[in-house]
Amino acid sequence: MRDARIAFGDRLVARDLTLEFPAGRTTCLLGRSGVGKTSLLRWLAGLLPDAPRQQPVAYMAQSDLLLPWLSVLDNVLLGYRLRRDRSALAAAEPRARALLADVGLADRLGDKPNQLSGGMRQRAALARTLCEDRPVVLMDEPFAHLDAVTRLELQDLAARLLAGRTAVLVTHDPLEALRVGHQIRVLSGTPFIVGPPIEPAGVVPRDLADPALSGLHSGLVAQLRGQAR
Amino acid sequence: MRPLITAIGLLLGWEALVWATGAPPYILPPPSRVLAVMVERFDLLLAEAAWTAIEMIVGLLLGLVLGAVLAIVFAASVGWRRWALPLVIVSQAIPVIAIAPLLVLWLGYGLASKVAMAALVIFFPVVSTLYDGLRRTNPGWLDLSRTMDASPAATLLQIRLPAALPAFASGARIAAAVAPIGAVIGEWVGASAGLGYLMTLSLARGQTALAFAALVVLCLLGLALYYATDWAARLFVPWQSQGE
Repeated sequence: MRDARIAFGDRLVARDLTLEFPAGRTTCLLGRSGVGKTSLLRWLAGLLPDAPRQQPVAYMAQSDLLLPWLSVLDNVLLGYRLRRDRSALAAAEPRARALLADVGLADRLGDKPNQLSGGMRQRAALARTLCEDRPVVLMDEPFAHLDAVTRLELQDLAARLLAGRTAVLVTHDPLEALRVGHQIRVLSGTPFIVGPPIEPAGVVPRDLADPALSGLHSGLVAQLRGQAR
Repeated sequence: MRPLITAIGLLLGWEALVWATGAPPYILPPPSRVLAVMVERFDLLLAEAAWTAIEMIVGLLLGLVLGAVLAIVFAASVGWRRWALPLVIVSQAIPVIAIAPLLVLWLGYGLASKVAMAALVIFFPVVSTLYDGLRRTNPGWLDLSRTMDASPAATLLQIRLPAALPAFASGARIAAAVAPIGAVIGEWVGASAGLGYLMTLSLARGQTALAFAALVVLCLLGLALYYATDWAARLFVPWQSQGE
């Protein structure tokens, strides 16, 4: 992205922002609440006024946004249904089934979302996002309101399924960034500035028991803290 | 069980009141007499009730369709909303009783004027609830459909409209509850059949018990229409809570 300017009325969130996201890897944008990371993601998704999207994206929000009147399978195929392209829809269905099997929902295809647990719903949303098959995947704190164990499971799953895709994941959780991000960038200040890329060693999903990571973790926390003032 | 006990208690109180005051039956007939008339004139009541039921059901269907079409048009087009919304509000500002004679004059004593009146009182709650529902789609769903490159029409049909169906269902319930108003007012003003017609006729002839019997049947009819609508709403809109 180049020379982005994000503002709401008089409140400037960021300006002259030029960011590069490495292709085929997951970049985590880490920042405290209210710093403007969601705005940045919405800018990338073309959801802010006067900010045309730079390329097609698949978007996953904090809530699962599953439609309660559609089955799990139809929810995963929502994009194809909305674009009303019958041949693409027919072609995408096997992939949707395969993705749902990947996220462990193979036997829940016909269920309605309200029959699923919170973790299952988020997994279905993950399958829907990946089924879109867009060059860029954008995720806005997708696991924020899940319980700790479910969150860990989903981070592993997401890291595995996002392999080879260009993804931007927004989070306020340094541990999440360390687990799933090939690259981490810290957002801080008003209007925010983006810190230099941090690339922890190891393959994602990283094991947090690695002592090197705890050093990085305290570094990230210090950065989030110090610059937020 | 409790509503039944309440109803029986009220009926006993009514009976006791008639007995204690010695009111003549053409002023206040006791419930026992109303019941006797209901049994005695069962065929007449059934025939008139069928007529009123048809007026109410056709009026309800017409009102639902009219209301739904208007709400969708308003949600889809700002231009139409600006021109037609004031008209919709005016149609509700005029009391239906005030235009009932006109409708009878234009549409005649038959079915058409009653259906028109019922539809007139019914379509407004439908328009306002459905239009409200269409405007209050979860913004996250709208974001999602934008990133998925959905056309406005596809978003309306596949997301906003199904998301607004619970609101439409509550509008339909209100509509079913007010449907008898339109039909009966139409019958009072000018008709040759129906429960409202039977009531005015029997009151004029001092057959108060028959008027009460017609009223009871009208009540039952209204309840049946309401519960049928409620049942249909639950059947077709199982997702009541709109959720996230």
